Amino acid sequence: MTVNTSRRGFLKGAAAATAVLMVGARPDGAIAAASGESAMLNPFVKIGSDGSVTAIVKHFEKGQGPATGLTTLIAEEIGLRMDQIGYEFAPSNPALYNNLLFGQFQGTGGSTAMANSFQQYRTAGAAAREMLLNAAAQAWSVDASELTLDEGVIAGAGQSAPLGDLVAAAAELEAPAEPRLKDPSEFRLIGNTEVRRVDSAIKGNGTAQYAMDVHLPNQMVTMIKRPEQRGALVTGFDDSAAQGIKGYIMSQTLPNNAGVAVYAENTWAAMQSRDALEVEWDVSAAETRDSEQIKAEIMAALDAEPEYNVNKTDAAATLAALDGAAQVVEQSFYFPLLAHAPMEPLTCTIQATEDGGILLHDGCQFPTGPHLALSQIFELPMEKIQINTMFAGGSFGRRATPDADYQVEAALAFIVTDRTRPVKLVWSREDDLRSGYYRPAFGHKVRVGLDADGNIVGWDHRIAGQSIMKGTAFEDFSVHDGVDHSSVEGTSDSPYQIPGGFFGLTDTKKATSTLWWRSVGHTHTAYVMEVMMDMAARAAGQDPVEFRLRYLTGGADQDRMAGVLKLAAEKAGWGNAPAGRAQGIAVHKSFGSYVAEVAEISGNAEDGVKIERITCAVDCGLAVNPDVVKAQMEGGIGYGIGHVMRDQITLTSGAVDQFNFPDYEPLRIGDIAAIDVHIVPSAEAPTGVGEPGTPPAAPALANAIAAASDLRVGNLPMAENGVAFV
Amino acid sequence: MTISLKLNGQTHDVDVEPGTPLLWVIRDELKMTGTKFGCGVASCGACTVHLDGEPVRSCQTYIEDVGEAEITTIEAMEDSKIGAAVQQAWVELDVVQCGYCQSGQIMSAVGLLSENAKPTVEEIDSYMHGNACRCATYQRIRAGIQRAAEILEA
Repeated sequence: MTVNTSRRGFLKGAAAATAVLMVGARPDGAIAAASGESAMLNPFVKIGSDGSVTAIVKHFEKGQGPATGLTTLIAEEIGLRMDQIGYEFAPSNPALYNNLLFGQFQGTGGSTAMANSFQQYRTAGAAAREMLLNAAAQAWSVDASELTLDEGVIAGAGQSAPLGDLVAAAAELEAPAEPRLKDPSEFRLIGNTEVRRVDSAIKGNGTAQYAMDVHLPNQMVTMIKRPEQRGALVTGFDDSAAQGIKGYIMSQTLPNNAGVAVYAENTWAAMQSRDALEVEWDVSAAETRDSEQIKAEIMAALDAEPEYNVNKTDAAATLAALDGAAQVVEQSFYFPLLAHAPMEPLTCTIQATEDGGILLHDGCQFPTGPHLALSQIFELPMEKIQINTMFAGGSFGRRATPDADYQVEAALAFIVTDRTRPVKLVWSREDDLRSGYYRPAFGHKVRVGLDADGNIVGWDHRIAGQSIMKGTAFEDFSVHDGVDHSSVEGTSDSPYQIPGGFFGLTDTKKATSTLWWRSVGHTHTAYVMEVMMDMAARAAGQDPVEFRLRYLTGGADQDRMAGVLKLAAEKAGWGNAPAGRAQGIAVHKSFGSYVAEVAEISGNAEDGVKIERITCAVDCGLAVNPDVVKAQMEGGIGYGIGHVMRDQITLTSGAVDQFNFPDYEPLRIGDIAAIDVHIVPSAEAPTGVGEPGTPPAAPALANAIAAASDLRVGNLPMAENGVAFV
Repeated sequence: MTISLKLNGQTHDVDVEPGTPLLWVIRDELKMTGTKFGCGVASCGACTVHLDGEPVRSCQTYIEDVGEAEITTIEAMEDSKIGAAVQQAWVELDVVQCGYCQSGQIMSAVGLLSENAKPTVEEIDSYMHGNACRCATYQRIRAGIQRAAEILEA
């Protein structure tokens, strides 16, 4: 068996395989009843003759709530209470379970789980309901319109039966092409604040199973000895010191020479054995720069002619407007590398199946990626590869790699064994912080021109950083005319109607493996846009809310952004902060959702800032589960603020300086005293909530600090740039 | 070496090397997976268990130091009055998101309520400081502890 270890080769292969799947593999109707499994009324609903109903959830659950949300949609349309329905995670099958916004690719990301599933899962539930009602109508020789299905009971025309009694008959019927969906006035579960998460109890008693919890009979635990400097290659190793460690089995150089796999009987033995291993590296192709050098290269790129004209406008006109401005407000910004650091370190387990296939156990965010990769590595057809998707202990983007990095690593570690024993790959926290994928470093330099009346007349905005998407299978999706949208999203496409805007982008040299990080480009663009808006408002002598509203007119997009801005201001008591408190505000649209946040702080940059309250207003269309929406805002705010306070990944001679949480201190419970979330009532289609809470949080804090301290934080993290926190 | 452990009211004999962290004995030898590995250096609290009722980080507790102490893990919390109250509050408020840290959060919360029946917000923040939650469910952890205190008081 040969192993394709060329990344570019793999990506080309992955793209080709995707294309093959797009031709002819997709059933004409995803809602077609599967006659082979009588209990499956369609790919999303399984009903047993005992009446047990199971929603098949195509999105993985990392805490963001799809297990609850998608199950709710099915229960709503069938006519069930939440305690009458269970759920299980879908197998990997891009023909059935693809993300409708990703093409023929099954995966979770971009805050799309509810947005792409809302109609699909409701339709699946409604189709099941109609089939059950039609089966009852036939059995009872009545018209289906006389029957209802409520709380799992079919009733009408003097008859009633639990739905389980009619499953066998329903499964013989044809699925309706266009089942009637409930009118929103009929909703009992969608939008109901009393509907609880379906995974709370098992996550509170230790029984929820994550990939880290896999213990297969006879499994080996493998950890990878990786180079200090990214890109170094193994030339040899000495495991004599590991030989004496109880539980040590062996070590093998990975076929791509990226590291040495150390195998042991258990995790602790694997950790000790890896520590004992001596490896020789060829560092000739490795990264050797310091992060200060990378930063200098990015900042220098901001002063050169931009590589790309993002909004295809005449830069000269913007420069002329700035020359003629009554005043120009300017600021430069630097955003360091950031790690995702999900609570559960990366892990997955690979085993051979009795039929000659491969089974992957994984908290799998992008099933189609590893499915294709494993098919290629093991030279097996897609149907011989199965993925058991388990709970994931967070992700924030890390588990969704275009190159299926850790699953490929596990496959390579498995393929060099005799494959009789399952291989469980375990990353340590140090692996996660030191050898991971990072939010790329970015620099921005912005000059905003104001006329004598405080109106914006020009906005010159330069961005430089490493593209996330170029060179990946997602390049065609995100890169147009050379511009990686994920580098600039949230700037020129902002709902703000900014006159005289020029947006330029320069891609900088690859520094590390980079990856989307909760809210992707918005992690830096929202900060820059909203700090600049705040600076411009204050320079104009105007209230920051009123100033923003002047540029939010002219359409529904602007109205919705203005709506959350006003709601957050109202709920926060904007302009009426208690004595000793300062406020800052920010608003941003991302992933189709509009979020405004007011940060209220006490203290100041010099004596120490205490974050007293974050008030958030969100418009995400119809909130299917309002409490999950609130939880995602709370979490998104915490994630955004925790990192800008004090986190960064830095390099010395190409090696990451941080080791574990003490050097990459997470947000702690005392860091934010309170968060209030308010949801704008809406009948619009649901949009994302996993990410949109994050972008406005950091600039709201930055603007509050500026109000309290007259300090503009352009370079992050704040704690390294003049802000003390208490 | 063979070590006899008292865990959740039962005695387990395990054959492990000295220096093995209690975390890996619980997870890999006893196959009890409610106690989580998050950092290995006592910085995140995901591995929190009780030794004679006191929360400890099991990733930095060596097996030979456990001695006669009674080990309690998340799996036994439903049998404890305070544990059950905390778990009830966690469900009522939907504290969890990814959930991976929550065993440790609950073990610490039970430790706090065991010694302080009605902790203030400041006392909660101070006691729970070492339990990281990357999903930032802290608001609800705080509210969950206050709710559990109410349940226990009733």
